[in-house]
Amino acid sequence: MNNIIEVRNLTKKFDHSNAVDDVSFSVAEGEIFAFLGPNGAGKSTAIRMLTTLLHPTSGTMAINGLDPVQKPDAVRRMFGIVFQDPSLDDELTAWENMEFHGILYDIPNPLRRDRMKQLLEFVELWDRKDDLVKEFSGGMKRRLEIARGLLHHPKIIFLDEPTLGLDPQTRNGMWMYLKELNKNENTTIFFTTHYMEEAERIAQRIAIIDHGKIIASGTSEELKRQTATASLEEAFLKLTGKTIRDESVGSAEHMRTARRMWRR
Amino acid sequence: MKKIYILWLRQIKRYLRSRSRIVGSLAQPILFLLALGYGFGSVFQQAGQGNYVEFLAPGIIGMGIIFTAIFTGIEIIWDRQFGFLKEMMVAPVSRLSIMFGRTLGGATIAVMQGIIVLALSLFLGFHPYAWAGISLAIGVMFLIALLFTALGTMITSLLDDMQGFQLIMNFLVMPLFFLSGALFPLKGLPPALAIIARLDPLSYGIDALRILLINVGFYGLGTDILVLTAVTAVFLWLGSYFFKKIQI
Repeated sequence: MNNIIEVRNLTKKFDHSNAVDDVSFSVAEGEIFAFLGPNGAGKSTAIRMLTTLLHPTSGTMAINGLDPVQKPDAVRRMFGIVFQDPSLDDELTAWENMEFHGILYDIPNPLRRDRMKQLLEFVELWDRKDDLVKEFSGGMKRRLEIARGLLHHPKIIFLDEPTLGLDPQTRNGMWMYLKELNKNENTTIFFTTHYMEEAERIAQRIAIIDHGKIIASGTSEELKRQTATASLEEAFLKLTGKTIRDESVGSAEHMRTARRMWRR
Repeated sequence: MKKIYILWLRQIKRYLRSRSRIVGSLAQPILFLLALGYGFGSVFQQAGQGNYVEFLAPGIIGMGIIFTAIFTGIEIIWDRQFGFLKEMMVAPVSRLSIMFGRTLGGATIAVMQGIIVLALSLFLGFHPYAWAGISLAIGVMFLIALLFTALGTMITSLLDDMQGFQLIMNFLVMPLFFLSGALFPLKGLPPALAIIARLDPLSYGIDALRILLINVGFYGLGTDILVLTAVTAVFLWLGSYFFKKIQI
């Protein structure tokens, strides 16, 4: 099978640590692949490099045969992404957020409008399309982000902890859409998560990443067999240890407070 | 082109939707115009300098523009913290287009703000000497706005978060405004202050506005436009240089 993502010896050094340390893996076209790891393990950093937001310190990557560093725009057209934090413009309506995306990705009209309608119906937001995003709940925002990420018909969709803070209904609905998409369009799905049952239920293959390194990979059955454990959660804890990780708190939290004050 | 347009349109829509921000950012210029304009009016008159409100209004228009322009430039930090910058950065759009779209949007907003201040000042005792000058003055306003939005973008590309924001307000925007001749005539300044005013690009912007609106000037319109255009070009270039280096 054709590998749509190929990563060889990928390394990203920050000031004094390796966020991603000599990582190699590949994802086949049409596969559902999960990155599993504790906080600060390097999951998001790896995704940021694959999606052209960050340059690697060393190593090579290929998305559908193209290097994100050399051919960023061609690679950008190939994937859709749902970030860990919301990335919608709150002051615009759902429709305007979609329109903005469609124009940035050169989708001509009337194709753009047709797809926007189709996708907004797909994530059940069509009747709210003219409402400002700031009035949306967390789940609605996530659904809108998924619809937006699919607007340009990407071959791969990256989801960075997409279900964080969502209720079980929304989570379930979201995965239903994505699995349908995977089946019908053969879209490759690459996601990171903290939820073991989610990885176990959804992903066809899992890589466990810790301290910037991939420490195990395979199907959830294989991982359980390797560690001689009964559940993926036990396998995960056995592999990564039981120490609690603290992610360094960025300035984002301060900013949120500051912005609220500015807005009033 | 269409991509730059949609980036521009986004800024305009956001601006028109935040009424409280429009009103809020008008309060300060109006307060300055009323308190200083009428407070110092008689002193200014006695010094033989004519009507202070007339003199001050172009300076206050400049104030409205510089505050809004730098502020919209700095808004990129918010886009960055709230994720929308990522949405723009993963899109197949050149960094240069993103920077230009944003800067044009911010500059347009700052000009609108300047026009509102101008309109309000007409009710508060300002009389431009010739109406014909106003359309040219709007052109100059756009140059000032572009210059300072680009400056804001440039600074923002170097900052990670809002911690530096107060620093910028106190050590950059305030001095640029107070040392620009917005509030006082440039003629007869102590040499040190005269040199500082010459280094402040806002001085030329306000000087040009004064020439066009009240027919009083110091550097001359040609010099003003030349300096403004040159500095704008440099800031736009630097802004896009730093913006390209942003990694999220």
